[in-house]
Amino acid sequence: MSRYYVNKFLFQVDGDPELLAAYKADPAALMDRWERDYGTRLGTNHTIERTTWLSFTDQERQALLEHDYVTLFELGVHFFLCLTIFIAIYDDEYRERSGPLSFQREYAAKLSHWAGKDYPTVAL
Amino acid sequence: MAHLSAVLATTHHPFYLKATTAPPEERMPQADEWKAKVEAYRETLTAAEPELLVMVGSDHFHQFFADNYPTFLIGKQPRYDATFYNEEREFGIPKYLLEGHEDLSGFMFQGLLDRGFDFSISHELKIDHSIICPIITTRPAADLPIVPIYTNIFAPPLPSPKRFWDLGRAIREIIDEYPSDSRIAAVGSGHLSLELGGPRQFGETGPDPAFDRAAIDWLASGDIEAILANVTHESMAGVGNATHGFLDLILMMGIAGPIEADYVDELDLFHTREMYMTWYPNGDPR
Repeated sequence: MSRYYVNKFLFQVDGDPELLAAYKADPAALMDRWERDYGTRLGTNHTIERTTWLSFTDQERQALLEHDYVTLFELGVHFFLCLTIFIAIYDDEYRERSGPLSFQREYAAKLSHWAGKDYPTVAL
Repeated sequence: MAHLSAVLATTHHPFYLKATTAPPEERMPQADEWKAKVEAYRETLTAAEPELLVMVGSDHFHQFFADNYPTFLIGKQPRYDATFYNEEREFGIPKYLLEGHEDLSGFMFQGLLDRGFDFSISHELKIDHSIICPIITTRPAADLPIVPIYTNIFAPPLPSPKRFWDLGRAIREIIDEYPSDSRIAAVGSGHLSLELGGPRQFGETGPDPAFDRAAIDWLASGDIEAILANVTHESMAGVGNATHGFLDLILMMGIAGPIEADYVDELDLFHTREMYMTWYPNGDPR
């Protein structure tokens, strides 16, 4: 498991409008591109120095491919990164269809089985 | 020596500007009440006639990430850009260019090192909404030089509540010793109970109104003993996964000292309780 690497993906993609649009339109293509280039950039965006050993587990890659924020929550991915990027991807269409905060409330409902329990830690 | 003219501790709600400037048909029912409370709060800073601002906040994975996330950091720059692309996108917060105050930044940095707070320092810091939100609410002209201090309330493991209090006390000593006749205000933002990206997010109230009540009362009465007896990382997580922003409110009370607040107001919003608190440790100017 590399929660750090998942967080790095969310951090970079959420902070770049071009990557974000690509992640919304075609997650598989963007993830392939990200893993070959951005994911190996040392720190968050160093284009010369590279990190050679980080990678996703199959479960992490699948959750990111499917925009599966419930699994990401359960893996201990940082709550702020996860919420922010999926608001960016889904909020407009949910608001149009079902009103303000409808995406955020569905997100909460899908995690309702965690209410009253200790959440998976986001500590690294 | 410098004059600490006010200490402000406030929640930061990134949607304030959007909510209170939306066209009438999109305006939330509480927008006018919210605006009135914020404008009344702003008067508590204006009355103190500050000449520069020590600002306390926390980077929300905008500039800093887990490859190198500072526990405590101070900026020392002539100017600061503010507001990141994804904050403009999500919150509708505009970009700013704020003046810095390198001399007080340097004096503060050295004073913190001398007191055992081994800070990181940045000479290319960009400010995020934890500092811009209180600028928008308490000093919208954005016309005063700032000294920004960042703490880690965001990427655990975090320092203890006691450490935040002690840091506030140290910042106070350094402001009091600063060889200048400036009037300095300290303005910091954080949270009461808050949930983001979890099952309790965006409810009808904040995730734990009972905690919010107790927290406001502890801060308003300067009761650091009760805070240190009741507030732990575990207890904060129990009332909402993003409640750790409360640590920066403890820090602000540390700057003021264990004294009663001179101004206390609050507002229940749709998913959080907002708090607006001011101390005048050297006398109420109003």
